[in-house]
Amino acid sequence: MTRACLRLAPAFIAALVASPAFAQESKIDPADTAWMIGATGLVLMMTIPGLALFYAGMVRKKNVLATMAQSLAATFLVSILWAFVGYSLAFTGDGAFIGTFERIFLAGVTLDAISPLAKTIPESLFMIYQMTFAIITVALVAGSVADRLRFSAFLLFCALWLLLVYVPIAHWVWGGGFLGTYGLIDFAGGTVVHLNAGIAGLVAAYMLGARRGYGSENLAPYDLALAVIGVGLLWVGWFGFNGGSALGANSRAAMAIVSTHLAASMGAFTWMALEWWTRGKPSVLGMISGAVAGLGTITPASGFVLPMQAVLIGLIAGAFCFWACTWLKRKVGYDDSLDVFGVHGVGGMTGTLLAGVFAVGALSATPELPGGVHGLLEGNPQQVVAQLYGIVVTLVWSGALTFVILKVIGALVPLRVRQEDEVMGLDVSLHGEALQ
Amino acid sequence: MKLVIAIIKPFKLDEVREALTRIGIHGMTVAEVKGYGRQKGHTEIYRGAEYEVNFLPKLRLEIAIASEQLDQVMEVLAVTARTGQIGDGKIFVVPIERAMRIRTGETDVEAL
Repeated sequence: MTRACLRLAPAFIAALVASPAFAQESKIDPADTAWMIGATGLVLMMTIPGLALFYAGMVRKKNVLATMAQSLAATFLVSILWAFVGYSLAFTGDGAFIGTFERIFLAGVTLDAISPLAKTIPESLFMIYQMTFAIITVALVAGSVADRLRFSAFLLFCALWLLLVYVPIAHWVWGGGFLGTYGLIDFAGGTVVHLNAGIAGLVAAYMLGARRGYGSENLAPYDLALAVIGVGLLWVGWFGFNGGSALGANSRAAMAIVSTHLAASMGAFTWMALEWWTRGKPSVLGMISGAVAGLGTITPASGFVLPMQAVLIGLIAGAFCFWACTWLKRKVGYDDSLDVFGVHGVGGMTGTLLAGVFAVGALSATPELPGGVHGLLEGNPQQVVAQLYGIVVTLVWSGALTFVILKVIGALVPLRVRQEDEVMGLDVSLHGEALQ
Repeated sequence: MKLVIAIIKPFKLDEVREALTRIGIHGMTVAEVKGYGRQKGHTEIYRGAEYEVNFLPKLRLEIAIASEQLDQVMEVLAVTARTGQIGDGKIFVVPIERAMRIRTGETDVEAL
């Protein structure tokens, strides 16, 4: 009897291991790791210098360095805080609302540690990859209040907003929290990054008020060539943003990259065409804005849709964001200086919804979920409900907390620079530097 | 001695310089300036925000010459800088009281 059991033991153990709970072994895969290291670099590049150049090129000369300072500060401050506590609270544990402190100061992130959320790469890599997402989300918000936010207020904002807004939402959507478990799909950050930053930017723009001279003075961009270079870096970097969200070197990553690129292309084309039609000339700023609109909109859907669907999503993105940045902004009257809400907010919302419409099960099939996630067009209208839920939760949490955070900061240091400093320019008044 | 100040369209610079060289003028100072006159500005549009740009880029040439050359220089300048379109520019002449070549110390007409 004992010898029979012993002979059967290997088969028994093999059966245990093959069952769904152990379907994907936690083992560092060199190909996945290599790609994710590259993707991390690409996404960091999106902020420095991608976003820095994009934003700085669009403000006036006297504020170029100050605008870049915001991207830089977001990078170094968010990085430290993420490693200290942000990562732990976002990506550990089973909590519906927040993670645990088990990875505080990266405790437990040893050489060979692996997160259950990314089973084939080192945990240190998963941590830093996610860090680059946190960095760019925080940096994006600054665009809405360009030319008038005090630097000290911005630093406080980076810290508080990261911990109170970004970290919870990241946990809810990706870290095992209630939105993910409800069924919300968000491949690379339609809610966590774009809608989040967009609504925060809009709230901030309202709270700070418009720039001096908005609507009457010439606020023309300093150097659109910088902005074009910035968007180039963003576009290429987005291959890491969406492609890397597959967390592996596989065909899903490849498909996500294809969808990303086609949506960007279609977004650029659509915005250009609409501008040509309505204003008589296709502007370079319009082309790059359309590309970013396409990129932001495809982000949540990129690993869930097919390339031709991505083209359609890009077209919708270009059209919708064009409308938001021209007609809507003028009608409602807010000074969202660099259109963070118009592009990222509107795009993120639209893309998150469309992900629920177009999701193709075959692309998200896993051993745990062999059919994958189906969207409305594959007969699952419930997915759209989940997407709407995620959108509303993000809007409400980010909007409300951003308001509270800015109120708190405003009680400590004035949010807005002094009038004479705004006129003189932030480069000189905040940083003591000037472009020659 | 006269200082001839000419505001011209930027793309005319090479043509003007070559023509002046041919009549014996071998030096000038050029600055990029902005200005307007009868040529109105243009409209620029950035993501739906329209800006009326009133100042147009021009070049300001300063040429120091002996008084005898004035008529010839003004003639050559005007002919080469002219396009016939509004915005061609203007020429002003002011007298030079004193002049000196820094390297050698030569003064007045010898310095030109």
